[in-house]
Amino acid sequence: MYSFDVEKPTSIAEAVAALGSDDEAQALGGGQTLIPTLKQRLASPSKLVSLSGIAEMQGISADGSVVSIGGATPHGVVASEVAQSYPALAALAGNIGDPAVRNRGTIGGSLANNDPAACYPAAALASGATIVTNAREIAADDYFDGLFTTALEEGEIVTQVRLPVPEAANYQKFVQPASRFALVGVFVAKFADGVRVAVTGASEEGVFRWAEAEAALSGNFSADALEGLTVAADGMMADIHGSKAYRAHLIAVLTKRAVAAAA
Amino acid sequence: MTKVSMTVNGKAASGEAEGRTLLSSFLREELGFTGTHVGCDTSQCGACVVHVNGVAVKSCTMLAVEAEGAEVATIEGQAAPDGTLNTIQQAFQDHHGLQCGFCTPGMVMSTAALLKENPKPSEQEIREYLEGNICRCTGYHNIVKAIMAASGQDVSALAAE
Repeated sequence: MYSFDVEKPTSIAEAVAALGSDDEAQALGGGQTLIPTLKQRLASPSKLVSLSGIAEMQGISADGSVVSIGGATPHGVVASEVAQSYPALAALAGNIGDPAVRNRGTIGGSLANNDPAACYPAAALASGATIVTNAREIAADDYFDGLFTTALEEGEIVTQVRLPVPEAANYQKFVQPASRFALVGVFVAKFADGVRVAVTGASEEGVFRWAEAEAALSGNFSADALEGLTVAADGMMADIHGSKAYRAHLIAVLTKRAVAAAA
Repeated sequence: MTKVSMTVNGKAASGEAEGRTLLSSFLREELGFTGTHVGCDTSQCGACVVHVNGVAVKSCTMLAVEAEGAEVATIEGQAAPDGTLNTIQQAFQDHHGLQCGFCTPGMVMSTAALLKENPKPSEQEIREYLEGNICRCTGYHNIVKAIMAASGQDVSALAAE
């Protein structure tokens, strides 16, 4: 790692000030992606602003229709605390990385990083979440902007994520066993006014909604409604673990499984 | 350099760390707790697992300065002061849950975290919980057996495999 300073603010305001005072400063969530990145010298921030000591960014509240999660809340806490209020989200959080990683990695960090194979972006997009930052509220539909890119401005931090709780939901993750990221992951969420289907791990553009599946499922929430629907291989990612066609195929398979599990 | 203070295995400890100093490096090189091993340094292998404020973390993927003021538990604090092994360590010895022993500190610390959460885990739950702990001798079967035994469960069903 290159050398850097670390600041440990105890409030959102202090964190924003620390990030704003230095163009080369970067926010540090749980560090489960950023620290490995720094070790490989793929980033060289002058200063890291740690968000883990900010009490107002910790914790979860649920009011029945919406689950609100502080941006610095680790995956392990989400996995245990929303098990009743939003079971599909709890299951997703409880299957990220491994237990030690889940005790450090945070929902805000995952959404800010927007890895194209991360799990949380699928949950946020399928739930129609609101990403709350120090400056504004951003609808999930306007937030994800391609590989590792989001609507966040420089120095803007995810302070809270508000997820509307669906009537039924399920996340199917085809695990890439070495990285434990999703080779493909599909989150299906059924609301009173329609179904949302978000796909991670597959597209060159990052997480996306599968509009044809949403339309079919909104009329008939069953795996049968997806019969014959396919995703074009064009625009999918390809690597040694899976070709474009393989990923496209997995999307349809996993979507059916998610609907069957949720219905 | 910054002065970093924490409690390690119940005793106050402090030393100097740079911003980039990893908790694993700080424990080993500054404080002398070399029982915490660094296998991969990429948060894959779990040899460096310690507890920070009661939860298991990979100390190679946490900055030392972030553990300022924390309660840290390492493998050195598991046995009694006179060297008597704790239940988990004794079970690893009894059931041959280690071969070269390199992964053992992390295995024991992960096991301690597992049994705190889930005092009687099933074989499947043990294998899932240890997903982030790699044994380069591939001695998983006896590790699982040791954990079943440490949690007071019958290991005879596993013994034949």
